[in-house]
Amino acid sequence: MSTSESPTSPGGPGKTARSPRSTEGPRETTEGPVYTVTGGDWDEVVTAARKTDDEHIVVNMGPQHPSTHGVLRLILEIDGETVTEARAGIGYLHTGIEKNLEFRNWTQATTFVTRMDYLMPLFNETVYCLGVERLLGIEDQIPDRATTLRVLLMELNRISSHLVFIATGGMELGATTVAIFGFRDREMILDIFELITGLRMNHAYVRPGGLAQDLPPGAVDQVREFVKKMRKNLTEYDKLVVGSPAYKARLQDVGHLDLTGCMALGVTGPVLRAAGLPHDLRKSDPYCGYETYDFEVPTVDTCDAYGRLLLRLEEMRQSLRIIEQCLDRLEPGPVMVADKKIAWPAQLALGPDGLGNSLDHIKKIMGTSMEALIHHFKLVTEGFRVPPGQAYAAIESPRGELGAHVVSDGGTRPYRVHFRDPSFHNLQSMAAMCEGGQVADVIVAVASIDPVMGGVDR
Amino acid sequence: MSEKGEQGEKGQQGGKGEQTGKAGQDRPAEGDRPDERIPVQRGDTGEVIGVRRGMFGANNGGDTTGYGRLVRTVRLPGETARPYGGWFDEVADELEGALEEQGLVPSNAIEKTVVDRGQITFHIAREHLPRVARTLRDDPALRFELCTGVSGVHYPGDKGRELHAVYHLRSVTHGRLIRLEVTAPDADPHVPSVVDVYPANNWHEREVYDFFGLVFDGHPALTRIMMPDDWQGFPQRKDYPLGGIPVEYKGAQIPSPDQRRSYS
Repeated sequence: MSTSESPTSPGGPGKTARSPRSTEGPRETTEGPVYTVTGGDWDEVVTAARKTDDEHIVVNMGPQHPSTHGVLRLILEIDGETVTEARAGIGYLHTGIEKNLEFRNWTQATTFVTRMDYLMPLFNETVYCLGVERLLGIEDQIPDRATTLRVLLMELNRISSHLVFIATGGMELGATTVAIFGFRDREMILDIFELITGLRMNHAYVRPGGLAQDLPPGAVDQVREFVKKMRKNLTEYDKLVVGSPAYKARLQDVGHLDLTGCMALGVTGPVLRAAGLPHDLRKSDPYCGYETYDFEVPTVDTCDAYGRLLLRLEEMRQSLRIIEQCLDRLEPGPVMVADKKIAWPAQLALGPDGLGNSLDHIKKIMGTSMEALIHHFKLVTEGFRVPPGQAYAAIESPRGELGAHVVSDGGTRPYRVHFRDPSFHNLQSMAAMCEGGQVADVIVAVASIDPVMGGVDR
Repeated sequence: MSEKGEQGEKGQQGGKGEQTGKAGQDRPAEGDRPDERIPVQRGDTGEVIGVRRGMFGANNGGDTTGYGRLVRTVRLPGETARPYGGWFDEVADELEGALEEQGLVPSNAIEKTVVDRGQITFHIAREHLPRVARTLRDDPALRFELCTGVSGVHYPGDKGRELHAVYHLRSVTHGRLIRLEVTAPDADPHVPSVVDVYPANNWHEREVYDFFGLVFDGHPALTRIMMPDDWQGFPQRKDYPLGGIPVEYKGAQIPSPDQRRSYS
């Protein structure tokens, strides 16, 4: 951790090459004395800071800090233990996914978008596919089974994402039992994902037009088993977390952001619902047939980190309800649109060496049907064309409104895809939550937003 | 022939039939066309954002496919005439009325309205954007409380309107979603900021500035947000290369993604 101190200019010019132990005195600049501290003994830092009568210290928390959810840099101006000003520095995980999509065909893009917010890959894929399907005008042709499976997987993903929130949030407070419990239960969901999609994360399973493949045998049973087990395990969190005096002392009245603040800062998701507004796109702007499922949108009105925790626990229960309804209404049928000009032709099959081409399909295109071979080749190498225009699709992700603005110029590649990532938007509220509070509460406040830097930076 | 192959063929024939039908409908008056033998393109209205030539991305004269003379004009969906349908008319009426009350001529502020794929887009003259945004947020009949950020799009072929900023506004009260689109030329890449109205757009405007070089006048601190502060150029403009290096795979050179065949 590096600390730079200056009475007038936080984070001012203090980056000259100096020995690690150069804490003896200030360096005079035009903006006042600047102290640069790298490494060394913390006591020396404190003595050097004590020498001046100015108590303000600018601390860089991150970008490599165990409790900042990946590579997030928090720039805190602190006065004693009080945070007087807080700013977030982002962009350390920018991977240029949106630019990259413009050089791949429409189907290949799912492989990229699934890597954005790596805790909700299936949401990223679904929102992108909904955008493309809207552009294609095939929203009504998506088979029911595909839509139901999308909902099923998204709700499983919502639980796994909330579990990571509880686990890492607990870890940041020193509650390692919660961390282990959270990752233990998440592992069950990742096993289900591995069974269904072939991968634990970064699935690229949802494709424009439907899904990459159908459920493998045994998947429904495993999901049912999971629901039963998860129902039981959720009570453990109630015992461990909800009633815990240590949790209450750390979380209650911390990271306060009321409804006005949420609306002004465009905050959505659990943070907004913890401010008392039952705004959930699954209810207010339904997609994927969510209007036909029976579930509730929980709210609390505490506006603090504790309320956000309770809310996410309740959301997991509601997700379990939706998952059961999905399982009940699953009926055999196709999982890809019937239009062979869009549907990926390979009929991928899960073989002993992982996800691969179906041998039957290869036999057919190589042995019996020249037209099918041509068609396969054209669709795989060139892809399908999407009529020019733009569309916006939005879904309720575990962190809030996840939107995809998809623009086509009529070609086989996206002209521009922009993602409105909820982490990116919600992280702006960090300053409002942290300023005036304690340094230790910054960790709690940031954890309660649950930002994932892969989504913030894309 | 097996079942799937037949289906594929059927799909193809259906597609062709539709195409010719459409072309017949949109056929302009005789004499307008340069060559009788070339079928006209579908949908002759709308905003032209570029012309694509050839196929398979072969632009250096090495095209032996016979598709080299293919010309495709790219048009975005054009202006929609009233009625727009559903609640779109209500929002449009309310917005026009509210602007009139403020002494603005609606047709000056709203350049055109496009309804496409079930979503409504108001193209706003850039100087009127903050006023329109404030009206949309504050008017009780409109109440678009949430701004879900701004997305930049670069159309190098749309001369004089190269840079587009696209805003999506959501009304929690009425459960509605609309889109605002503002354009600026490359020569004068300025758009007024709406951070005063929607503080939520702070980081998003910085992002669009970072990637497209579109300057949001009035933004409190318009700096780069994703790229390093000393970065040169604006990465998501169409003239900015993706980069990448060719990769050798089983003895063959695979070109980097931006050098691959593009099917224009």
